[in-house]
Amino acid sequence: MALGDTDHVLDYPIPSPAALEPPAEWAELRQGCPVAHVRLPSGDRASLLTRYDDVKQVLADPRFTRNLDAPDAARIAANESGGVFNSGLGNALPEEYHQQWRRMVGKWFTAKRMTALRPGIEAMAEHLVDEMVAGGAPADLKAALGFPLPVWVICDMLGVPESDRDKFAYWSNTLLSLTRYTQAEIDAAQAEFAAYMSAHIAATRANPGDDLISELITAAVDAGHVMPAEALLATSQGLLVAGHETTANMIGKMVGMLLSDRTRWEALLADPTLVRTAVEEALRADANPGFGIPRYITEDAEIGGTVIPRGTTVVCNLAAANRDEDVFADAAELDLARTPNTHLAFGAGAHSCLGQSLARTELQAVLDVLLRRLPTLELAVPAAELERVDGLVVGGLQELPVRW
Amino acid sequence: MKVSVDEDKCCGAGSCVLAAPDVFDQRDEDGVVVLLDPEPAEHLHAAVREAADVCPAAAILLGDRA
Repeated sequence: MALGDTDHVLDYPIPSPAALEPPAEWAELRQGCPVAHVRLPSGDRASLLTRYDDVKQVLADPRFTRNLDAPDAARIAANESGGVFNSGLGNALPEEYHQQWRRMVGKWFTAKRMTALRPGIEAMAEHLVDEMVAGGAPADLKAALGFPLPVWVICDMLGVPESDRDKFAYWSNTLLSLTRYTQAEIDAAQAEFAAYMSAHIAATRANPGDDLISELITAAVDAGHVMPAEALLATSQGLLVAGHETTANMIGKMVGMLLSDRTRWEALLADPTLVRTAVEEALRADANPGFGIPRYITEDAEIGGTVIPRGTTVVCNLAAANRDEDVFADAAELDLARTPNTHLAFGAGAHSCLGQSLARTELQAVLDVLLRRLPTLELAVPAAELERVDGLVVGGLQELPVRW
Repeated sequence: MKVSVDEDKCCGAGSCVLAAPDVFDQRDEDGVVVLLDPEPAEHLHAAVREAADVCPAAAILLGDRA
């Protein structure tokens, strides 16, 4: 059955033949079926968008809400509650307070602050590379560097001990489950996380430090009110999940993409000023960023010439949009100097990623350190043997075996 | 080139500061964009155009000098 046939329902996420490559269906959908019917891991139906203009429009359009806890919104994940998008976590604050909250947290993530953090992040990366080298080649770059670095940074920011990072990794994985964990496992993990963070929040109230949680508590007190524990809990949960899995996986995928055709690595060694644009290009070309961004509409809306009826759950496939040939010349090719690179890896509009300057800083710092310290870095297995992580909202590689 | 910014639209992503730090900054209190130079010199134009293109909130407007 043709993809363009409106009766045809695709299972989503669409499986990909290779870890770093997109499924062929994305290009077919962009061309022939820009609003496609899909079946989610939960079994519920949604409409999938794959064109750049459509995705960008929906992300910036407030009619397309994040209220995936509406009774007729599609559940995303296979477990009963539908997973992170349906949990109401994203809607802990009403829209009118969202901007206020965002600006309160946003001051922590300004480009200037992130640039100031950069030497510290580079020192962390150097330390982790030292440990990886001491362990000898081959090594798994994801386990040695990709995962520990962003967790280290976010634990610092939340004021929690980095030694608890294994716990955070597990809690975060359960929250991001599409198919991997049962409802009971997810509930138990989230209860543990809530208990851990609530104790941390209470301790921080009693004894504030210079971390983000302390800052939010103090800012609220200064403004004459108490920051509710739920808002602090939701904030820390959001930062943990967003600041941890996404960047951690992106480090592995970025290095994997750059090493899978080693002329890319060599181009960066020859001209390290390409690091900034190379990071953006890796973000754009990432064929495995994960689920995408779901939205729910309460009124009929037209997208790309198609009327989408109210009550529809729409899934924006950011990675398919980032490979739209109408917007990016030679979209399937990696151009390490591509400028401007208007990719949607961080979303768009009022809800675009709050931590994007942090993510960029971490990715640039890691790449700088690797180019400097391990210029002979190469994959220890053929790129075709790299495997994807399955069953989570955020996509990544199982391992990135390297030698130097 | 004449640059203007829409503070209400700004979502504080900071991508403009990373692209053109001589022209854009962010307020310390809330991360909202600060326009340092509404009429940047010629050699900054490419970076400013890039900043406007990549702004996730489309909060940077470019116009002719006129």
